[in-house]
Amino acid sequence: MAAEHGAPPAAPDAASAVGVATASSEQAESARRAKRRRRRRGAVWSYVGLVVGAIIVLFPIYVLVVDSLLTPSQLISNPPQFFPKNPQWSNYSDAFTQYNWGLYMRNSFIQTSIIVVAQLVTSILAAYSFVFLRFPLRRTLFVVVLATVMIPFEVTVTANYNIVRDLGWQGNFLGLTVPFLATGFGIFLMRQAFLQIPRELREAAVIDGYGPMAFLWRIALPLTRPVIAALAVFSFLGAWNQYLWPSLLADNNQSIRTIQVGLSTIGGSSATAAIALAGAVISLVPLAILLLFFRKNLIRSLTAGAVK
Amino acid sequence: MTLRRVKEALLGYALLVPALAIFGVFTFYPFVYNLSLAAHQTAPYPGYPSPYVGYHQFTSVITSSAFLDSLRSTAIFVVIAVPVGIIAGLALAVFANQKLRGTAVFQIIFSSTAITSIAVAGVIFFTILSPSNGLMQWLGINTSPGINESPSWAIYAVAGVQAWQFMGFAFIIMIAGLQSLPEEVIEAARIDGASSWRVFWRVIVPLMSPTIFFAVVIGTITALQSFGAINILIGYQNVAFTHTNVLINYIFDEIYYSRNFGVAASLAIALFLITLAVTVAQFRVLERRVHYGS
Repeated sequence: MAAEHGAPPAAPDAASAVGVATASSEQAESARRAKRRRRRRGAVWSYVGLVVGAIIVLFPIYVLVVDSLLTPSQLISNPPQFFPKNPQWSNYSDAFTQYNWGLYMRNSFIQTSIIVVAQLVTSILAAYSFVFLRFPLRRTLFVVVLATVMIPFEVTVTANYNIVRDLGWQGNFLGLTVPFLATGFGIFLMRQAFLQIPRELREAAVIDGYGPMAFLWRIALPLTRPVIAALAVFSFLGAWNQYLWPSLLADNNQSIRTIQVGLSTIGGSSATAAIALAGAVISLVPLAILLLFFRKNLIRSLTAGAVK
Repeated sequence: MTLRRVKEALLGYALLVPALAIFGVFTFYPFVYNLSLAAHQTAPYPGYPSPYVGYHQFTSVITSSAFLDSLRSTAIFVVIAVPVGIIAGLALAVFANQKLRGTAVFQIIFSSTAITSIAVAGVIFFTILSPSNGLMQWLGINTSPGINESPSWAIYAVAGVQAWQFMGFAFIIMIAGLQSLPEEVIEAARIDGASSWRVFWRVIVPLMSPTIFFAVVIGTITALQSFGAINILIGYQNVAFTHTNVLINYIFDEIYYSRNFGVAASLAIALFLITLAVTVAQFRVLERRVHYGS
């Protein structure tokens, strides 16, 4: 609606005043200056907004990092320490030596790797089947896949807990990962990517004697690499940050406890609070790397479906 | 020719088997199994019978006062966390979308809460809000017990944590939305002499409405499933526990502490119906006001 009255306006006055050359150029000059001033004032306000926003976002993270380097007594001192005078790096080593952070980190890496690799494989294979192969019930099966998106895991968590227990998978990585090895979102994302591949390319490949799997490996996968990367980053983020399911399965079982669940086991008292914070910082490192180096891929996956 | 067709179909099914098997065993079967769990009363001790009670367990659960309290907490949690997160995310996106030096750095900063897990957010705010921590005292907020132990304030604290965590995701989709807007339209409105405020409300917000709509739907679904912050900030022993017992937390407790799978399954049905209803309602109400352009 509002867009409609955004039609291009008439030419600025200064330009249309052909007759009085000097006056018009002066006028134009002052208009330009006013515009520049306005823009500069706008820029100042923008920076104010940016800085205020950055403080809201970063202050808790800043407190996290600073407090993870304090002693228990510094942690409760008033005024608070906004800069660690003698940083307690021992909080970090304590997380490893006293709170099994190495094991939890390893468990998180195992759990996350299994989920990411499997989600990529199942999504790519299923999407490939839906896009490039013809078979009865293809559309129906695709609707079945989409229906999974309507049933969040939280709704089935009670039943899944019983199923995994009955399978005897409660204490191992099968229980932790197998329910998440396929994702409707991933299949949908890969399908959209494969649909972009021109038909002619597929036909040319068939003429060249490419079988379906050769076409997948040699043509479809290389062409959709950015989307695959986006899905990988998305899966990593989701798996690494899982909390509900690992809490149910791994809370009392150290051997498969993940780092997110580990966070809830430290803390509580001010004596161990700094170690819990150090542990939280450690848990963020892989994700910080993800954000810094794979930001484009992350954004592509998070915005899939958001923007037309 | 027909043999090739058969082969193609067989390959097609074979490639679908891994995904469909997982969905079958861990999505569709549990969905049905959950109904059966809800229709049986859970035995007090393993080995005792679990009598069939039909829908009576479900109706008694959803009419219990614990459930109504939980529903109220869930509503407060969602109604605060989602709009606050979205408005903050949109504001950050508008500021960071300008052609100014340094915005690239701000964009990374603003995205950062999206990668922070809700458990880590819980640990951070547990520290910040802790009354023994120097920060609250220094700010002159003398809360003892802490905000996360106050029956009346704890739910707002956890909703705030959820909003902070969701803000990063909201920012990411908002800035992607802003960058896809037709620049000429906004520029034209500026040249017409519209103030920045007017341009924002009359041009940017209507054009952004599909993105905002998407954020509201995703944000609500995420908030309904958000468990980590409450689990970490509000312990089982906490006096505020019953005041922050949102549905997902309630389900967890029934599985983990009470081992009452019948009640947990009934709650899960309620969560499913609520998620479905909210999503449908949002599509109905918001879609009508969403401007999709030509």
